[in-house]
Amino acid sequence: MTMRIFVPSDAAALAMGAEAVANAVAGEIASRKLDAKLVRNGSRGLLWLEPLVEIETGHGRIGYGPVAASDVKAIFDAGLSGAKHPLNLGVVDEIPYLKKQQRLTFARCGITDPLSLEDYEAHGGLKGLRRALEMAPAAIVQEVTDSGLRGRGGAGFPTGIKWKTVLNTEAAQKYIVCNADEGDSGTYSDRMIMEGDPFALIEGMAIAGVAVGATKGYVYIRSEYPHAFKQMVRAIEIAREKNLLGMTVLGSNKIFDIEARLGAGAYICGEETSLLESLEGKRGQIRFKPPLPAIEGLFKKPTVVNNLVSLATVPIILAEGAGAYKNFGMGRSRGTMPIQLAGNIKQGGLIELAFGTTLRELIYDYGGGTYSGRPVRAVQVGGPLGAYWPESLFDVPFDYEAFAAKNGMVGHGGVVVFDDTVDLAKQARFAFHFCAIESCGKCTPCRIGSTRGAETIDKIMRGERVVQNLDLVRDLCETLRDGSLCALGGLTPMPVMSAIEHFPEDFDRSPARAAAAE
Amino acid sequence: MLGRDRAAFASHWDAEAAREIAEELKGLEGPLLPILHAFMERFGHINDEAMVLVADVLNLTRAEVQGVVGFYHDFRREPAGRHVVKVCRAEACQSMGSEALAARLERALGIAFGETTSDRRVTLEEVYCLGNCALSPSVLVDGELYGRCDEAKVMALVGDRS
Repeated sequence: MTMRIFVPSDAAALAMGAEAVANAVAGEIASRKLDAKLVRNGSRGLLWLEPLVEIETGHGRIGYGPVAASDVKAIFDAGLSGAKHPLNLGVVDEIPYLKKQQRLTFARCGITDPLSLEDYEAHGGLKGLRRALEMAPAAIVQEVTDSGLRGRGGAGFPTGIKWKTVLNTEAAQKYIVCNADEGDSGTYSDRMIMEGDPFALIEGMAIAGVAVGATKGYVYIRSEYPHAFKQMVRAIEIAREKNLLGMTVLGSNKIFDIEARLGAGAYICGEETSLLESLEGKRGQIRFKPPLPAIEGLFKKPTVVNNLVSLATVPIILAEGAGAYKNFGMGRSRGTMPIQLAGNIKQGGLIELAFGTTLRELIYDYGGGTYSGRPVRAVQVGGPLGAYWPESLFDVPFDYEAFAAKNGMVGHGGVVVFDDTVDLAKQARFAFHFCAIESCGKCTPCRIGSTRGAETIDKIMRGERVVQNLDLVRDLCETLRDGSLCALGGLTPMPVMSAIEHFPEDFDRSPARAAAAE
Repeated sequence: MLGRDRAAFASHWDAEAAREIAEELKGLEGPLLPILHAFMERFGHINDEAMVLVADVLNLTRAEVQGVVGFYHDFRREPAGRHVVKVCRAEACQSMGSEALAARLERALGIAFGETTSDRRVTLEEVYCLGNCALSPSVLVDGELYGRCDEAKVMALVGDRS
């Protein structure tokens, strides 16, 4: 039997030299005339081990990592399977980091050949869509509603409710739009799916289309993800050839097609109405709501706008049933969350778990503490608009409501770890600065307040009228929160205020201390 | 497309080719961004003539096109250097020292972010998140992603193969 050797083509693996490793593997296969095939899989999400090379054996897939091209010859010399090579990690599925996870959305990622529809189907793919094609549209929507799935982009709005609105709105044309404008620092789950299991997204979008009566879908992908865009374009072409997309979806009488579109470097386009403007070919300025995109969305037609992870989770909900998915999680946060461990962390990677885990477990049990080896001082959860938390909050359950109760947010599941060299005043300043760079300019508090905020923090950092300027920042944050149309202006106060609240010592700058620091 | 260095492969402005691109893509729903991306791919930047042309093909005002070109960070009005270095300056990379890396690169290249070296060798830009946040600091050089970057690694990438 042909042995399969896996070398990821995930961007994170490529960033650590996977292309050279793949070339070396192909070279060894050829020169040794082995009956072996090189497969370019996605990433398993054990990112500190990338490039992670896997060898298929009779007793599971044996991993080696992190592998450099110069290691490849020795790995082959050692006999590939079960060899006592220093980089040998044993059976990858048995690595605790992976074994302890509850992989539903990411069940296939890193395991299959991302561009093989046959491999996709052999690993449970298309079951959900086949089932959906035999159901009434309202029943599909009900199934998604019953699963408790909420928007994984950050807002956490129930996916089924959105779908229901679109289903019930009459129109000649409706759209499914996938928001793959994953701009939050510390997040990469959308990218991993596009590169590692793109058919899951395609299947999820097709199910959404069948459910609400939409025949056209768009995937809006940020231009900072060139590899993901290429992979998605290829996967869509394959899906068309294999009749997963087109005029007769899987041989049914349903029409559904998808186009991948490239963003152009604007964080604001991750906001759904800005994204729609951008797709229409306009400046990515946000729209007033109402009308909701579900009623008047893309080109004023009823539109489902969902985050990529939400859509890629739909197939397993339809395949296994709403109940099976809902059994995971806690409270009103049902199912699993792909959490992305990032920043100053020893073992960063993707950790899909049922809601209810804690930051302590993620950072220490999974992450192994900081990369620098210094103590953890702060964690920002939920992207650039998420709160900075100190260690005293590390036991709050990872759950939409529990995080919100502590003035934080789960967001898109990014967890960025900082060691004790972090200066939270600088981070607060950056939050305003980022808002200033990325503001679409529609709302005055966001457009102007962000710049004034950064200037005021500069004054605090210089030790100028610290108490009064902190009051001014608090006041400005209230204006931003209450006076902005979208989450960029509305949530920039979250990182700023959490930094001030939890790390007041970083803002307590006497002029003497500020001068000494220079 | 994309994976390669846009600037290095970009050819000179060609009005006829530009019109062909615009005509070919104008049937898309919302064709403006795809056309502008195709111009970037082909010409490496979007000049005034390109904006007039696309406005004409899509029956938009020049102001509308200019407004869109100006809104998005990706669309350059002038050609970039032979190498384009995009340094991630978002939080995950900050936690791993990207600000110090950014300062060192500015010093080593003798330019600030947003500028191109006088010999047109390198354009230095900032970017907010490349999605490689577990292996920071991240830098995109000529469309290729690199993790765990330091000054030496980046400078080697722009030094020896121009």
